[in-house]
Amino acid sequence: MITVKHISKSFADVQILNDVSFVFESGKTNLIIGKSGSGKSVLTKCIVGLLEPDEGEIFYDDRKLSDLKPKARKEIRKEIGMLFQASALFDSLTVEENVAFPLKMFTRMTKAEIADRVNFCLNRVNIINKNLLFPSELSGGMQKRVAIARAIAMQPKYLFCDEPNSGLDPVTAIVIDELIKEITDEYNMTTIVITHDMNSVLEIGENIMFIDSGENKWTGTKDDILDVKVKELHDFIYVSKFLRQFKK
Amino acid sequence: MITAFGKYITMLYSIFLKPEKFSIYWKRFVDEVIQLGLKSLFIVILMSGFMGAVLVIQTASVIDSAWIPDYTVGFTVKQSMLLEFCPTIISLILAGKVGSNIASELGTMRVTEQIDALEVMGVNSIGYLIGPKIIASLFIFPIVIMYSMVFGFLGGGIVCYATEIIPVEQYIEGIRSFSEDNFGYIRYALIKTSVFAFLITSISSFFGYFLKGGALEVGKASTKAVVYSSIFILIANYILTQLILI
Repeated sequence: MITVKHISKSFADVQILNDVSFVFESGKTNLIIGKSGSGKSVLTKCIVGLLEPDEGEIFYDDRKLSDLKPKARKEIRKEIGMLFQASALFDSLTVEENVAFPLKMFTRMTKAEIADRVNFCLNRVNIINKNLLFPSELSGGMQKRVAIARAIAMQPKYLFCDEPNSGLDPVTAIVIDELIKEITDEYNMTTIVITHDMNSVLEIGENIMFIDSGENKWTGTKDDILDVKVKELHDFIYVSKFLRQFKK
Repeated sequence: MITAFGKYITMLYSIFLKPEKFSIYWKRFVDEVIQLGLKSLFIVILMSGFMGAVLVIQTASVIDSAWIPDYTVGFTVKQSMLLEFCPTIISLILAGKVGSNIASELGTMRVTEQIDALEVMGVNSIGYLIGPKIIASLFIFPIVIMYSMVFGFLGGGIVCYATEIIPVEQYIEGIRSFSEDNFGYIRYALIKTSVFAFLITSISSFFGYFLKGGALEVGKASTKAVVYSSIFILIANYILTQLILI
C-alpha cells in the first residue's frame, strides 16, 4: 500500500500539484487519470522519488519516504518496478539482457538462475524466442511487454505504469491492460497506472483518482465512474462521441 | 553558469560513489575502451600519418638552405608531433568524434527515459553511465596518442622514402636527435592527453546527461559538447604548457 498525504509541488511559480492525498491499495490496479498536463506524471515522479515534493508525505506501507536515508530509499527502489511511456528499454542491450539487468545488478543469482528467471518473465508476458533481439527490432506492443517483464523481474511490491497504452492499437492496448491486471492479482502488488485512456479505466480501474489542475477532484471505481457528477470528470469522460451515445 | 558548474561538480562526485556491482562496471569499462578508444584508432592513425607526411614536406620546403642539415626536418617533425600535433590536435579531433557521440548517446537515453529507468531501479545512473566513460578515456586516450606519434613519424618517413625530399636516414637521425629530452616530451604529451580525455568525456557527458527536451535538444547538446570541450582543451593546453614546459 502506498499513501500520499497533502502533496504539493510547483516549478518556478507554476503550481503543478496542490494538496493531493490518496491511498493506493495493494492487490489492486490503482489508476491516476486526468488530462495531459494535469499533474499525473509529476505525482508519480514524486512517489517514486525522482522528484521531491514541496510539501506532504509519502508512505510505502509504514515507511515514510522523507524520513529515510539515501541507502534506505535505494532499498525501496529495488521494490519498485516501472513501465515507462516509451518502454525505456536499454537500446544497447538485447531483450534478455534488458530483463536480466536488475537481476545482475542487485542479486547474487547464478547465471543459470538468472536465465531461468528471465525466461519465466518473458514467457509470462508471451514473448517467446525473441531473447536475442534488440528493442529496435520489436514492435511497440512487444517492447511494452518486454518492459513489463523487466519491471517484474525483481518481483516488485509496487508496479508503476506510465501511460502503458500510449501509441498502441486498441487490441494490443487491451492485451497490455489485461496483462497488468493479471500480474497485479498474481503477485498481490500495489499497481499504479497513469492513463487518460477511458478503455483502460473501464477495463482495469479498481481504485481511481481523477486529477485536474493538480488537484484530486474525484476518487472511486470503474463501476461508479460513468455516473459521476463532478463537472471536470464528466467533461473528461464524455468528450468522446462514442461514450456520449453509450450513455444515452 | 554557477548553477551549471555546481551540477558538473555534483556529477563528478556521484561518479566516485561505490558501484552497485563491480563486475558490471568492469564490463562497462571494457565496452567503453572499445567504443571510445579502439573505434577511434583508424581515424587517428590515418590523420596522424598524413599530418606527419605534410609536416615533412612543409618543413623541408621552408628549410631550403645548404647551411641547415637535413636531419633538422626530422627533428622539427618530432618536436611538432610530440609537443602539439598528437596530444592537442588529435584530442580536438576526438572531442568532435567521441564528444558528440557521448552527448547524443546520453541525451537520447534521457529523452527516452532510460536514465529515469535506471534511477527508479536504484542504480546510480551517473556512476553507471559516465564513470566508465571517464575512466576508460583516461586509460585508452594516452595509448591512442602514442599510436598517433608512431604513425605520424611513419607518415613522415614514407614521404621521405617516396619523394626523396630528404634522405630517410637523415629523417630518422632527426627523430632520434636530442633523445635525452624525448622522455620529458612524451610525459608532457601524455599528461596533456589525460587532462584532455577527462575534459572531453566529462563535459560531453554533462551536456548529454542533463539534457531537457527532445530530439532537437539532443542535436544542440551534441554541438555544445564539442564546442565547450574544444574551448576547455585549448585553455587547459595553454595552462599545462605554461606549468610543465616553462
